[in-house]
Amino acid sequence: MIRAKYLPLMTTLVVFVLAYAICIAQFPAMWSTRVVANLLTDNAFLGIAAVGMTFVILSGGIDLSIGSVIGFTGVFLAVVIERAGIHPAVAFVLALVIATGFGGVMGAIIHYLKMPAFIVTLAGMFFARGMAFVLSTDSVPISHPFYGELQSLYFKLPGGGRLRLIGLVMLLVVLIGTIVAQRTRFGTNVYALGGNLQSAELMGVPVARTTIGIYALSGFLAGLAGIVFSLYTSAGYSLAAVGVELDAIAAVVIGGTLLTGGAGFVAGTLIGVLIQGLIQTYIVFDGSLSSWWTKIVIGLLLFAFIALQRAILWLSEHRAGALRTRPA
Amino acid sequence: MSVALKGLRRLAPQLVTLAVVLALIGFAFPGFFQLNWQNGRLYGSLVDVLNRGAPVALLAIGMTLVIATKGIDLSVGAVMAITGAVAASLITSDMPLAVTLALTLLVGLACGLWNGALVAFLDIQPIIATLILMVAGRGIAQLITEGVILTFNDAGLIFFGSGSVLGLPMPVVLWLLFGVLVALLVRRTALGLLIEAIGVNRRASMLSGVRTRFLLLTVYATSGLCAAVAGTVAAADIRGADANNAGLWLELDAILAVVLGGTSLLGGRFSIAGSLIGAMIIQAINTGILLSGFPPEFNLIIKAAIIVVILVVQSPASQSLFVYLRPERRDATPVTRERPAR
Repeated sequence: MIRAKYLPLMTTLVVFVLAYAICIAQFPAMWSTRVVANLLTDNAFLGIAAVGMTFVILSGGIDLSIGSVIGFTGVFLAVVIERAGIHPAVAFVLALVIATGFGGVMGAIIHYLKMPAFIVTLAGMFFARGMAFVLSTDSVPISHPFYGELQSLYFKLPGGGRLRLIGLVMLLVVLIGTIVAQRTRFGTNVYALGGNLQSAELMGVPVARTTIGIYALSGFLAGLAGIVFSLYTSAGYSLAAVGVELDAIAAVVIGGTLLTGGAGFVAGTLIGVLIQGLIQTYIVFDGSLSSWWTKIVIGLLLFAFIALQRAILWLSEHRAGALRTRPA
Repeated sequence: MSVALKGLRRLAPQLVTLAVVLALIGFAFPGFFQLNWQNGRLYGSLVDVLNRGAPVALLAIGMTLVIATKGIDLSVGAVMAITGAVAASLITSDMPLAVTLALTLLVGLACGLWNGALVAFLDIQPIIATLILMVAGRGIAQLITEGVILTFNDAGLIFFGSGSVLGLPMPVVLWLLFGVLVALLVRRTALGLLIEAIGVNRRASMLSGVRTRFLLLTVYATSGLCAAVAGTVAAADIRGADANNAGLWLELDAILAVVLGGTSLLGGRFSIAGSLIGAMIIQAINTGILLSGFPPEFNLIIKAAIIVVILVVQSPASQSLFVYLRPERRDATPVTRERPAR
């Protein structure tokens, strides 16, 4: 059982290492800290948002609003900094408060109205994207000097790679996310909710507080991802980050988290994000492949990992002899 | 007669909503209800609403059945892109129209069967099972069109987008025909009841002898087929297949239409007529916002607001509150489900 628990994570890791090895075999230049550092920097916003998605999926829910929240945060920052003249640091705090509150409200609706997370966050997705449009439909460039300062911060890796601030922020989020998931009561409660909501409630897990907390956390991280995305692009655009929720879900699944909730690891999600980034990097290196192959390969990987999860579940049920009670 | 009346009463909230939306638009723009007969077909804003709403209406038909089984089909937008691309590439390589249409529908059916197989045989949650095709589908469509917008000039295929039959635009005829066909099929037989049974409790219905796997497969296949028709209509409308934008986010509109139509997201209760009216409500709102000169961005916020209202009304929590507030109606409410006519 313990081995089954780690099997998806191990598979993800093996897939990543193998894929990277194949890439290097074909393009030796990919064996460089520059590529690794860019992999982290380019996918920073996705990684941060995907950590939030991991918590949501661990609890057995889903959050479709994160792409829109990232887009909204970007536009909000651009408008507040450039048009209202507020210092970026203050704007960051404001954006995070809004995003967290937004997630919390969705969590409250999901819990108190007992509606599927899917449709509630769908409404959230429409709402956040709509608000972004209302703020501005143009791409608003951000030219505050504070942005330049933050963008110029980097950590020099041996071999010439530059791990920029936003890449570091993502690694930090993954680290903190892992600690929260594995070592705090909140994390244990999240796993409990995903395992079995009713049992969790009967055991005294504060379901309301945890559910609201989970979606607030996802909102907070989507807001943070929005800030990172805005630092990455130096602009706010209301159509930015469309469909990131799908990439994030794909990353979580490829990272080995059980879709029905209750099992999985934040670290796996990071690898899931890196695998997606690796495919894109490979396509860039190749030069002749079109970027739509990314989507097809990710679709195939999604299918492979879901099938693997079913196989593990089937095996563990088989071993427990539970198959008798469950018609095949 | 009494069946028709009962049906009308069930659809009353949707019909009233549609009437209110249309009345509001008509109040602001007196010319809205004007219909002209020119060159042997009807013209006017109302016809336009019916016409523009065709893809969502078509998707909503399949989506209704899927949601009735407590499932969801996220891939319909991507399937539209795939089938549009297939239709365009076949017709540009000089295939006869009949072969093109048959193959296009077959591809849609295959996409639906793939989703259905994942849900029915691998027991994967519908959201995730259909997510695979949603993510990969546009890539596949790009592969078929080879990254360009494939345009075509075949009069036969274009007819499905802008032709007219008996004065009505072809897309309208298609969704009406499809809607009636599917509605009759599921409501005049026991199929609808069995589908609802799966939605209420898949395990229990399987144990009581319902062929759940076969039905689930059929339901997702129907959804794929509807998406194929919608994809053909969308491609014929712009005379080209745009793998990036065809059917983009239409799955969400289709789900919204189904929910607006009174089908429960928790499964076990559906109305195809309701979903079609829901699709028209969405299109009427879209058209109204465009006419009124508001930026179309307001669409999204209005849609979000609509979802929230429906959620509050549909949620188990507020339903129990209604029952609590009106105890005298408690014994009148339980039997609301339509039974198949014998």
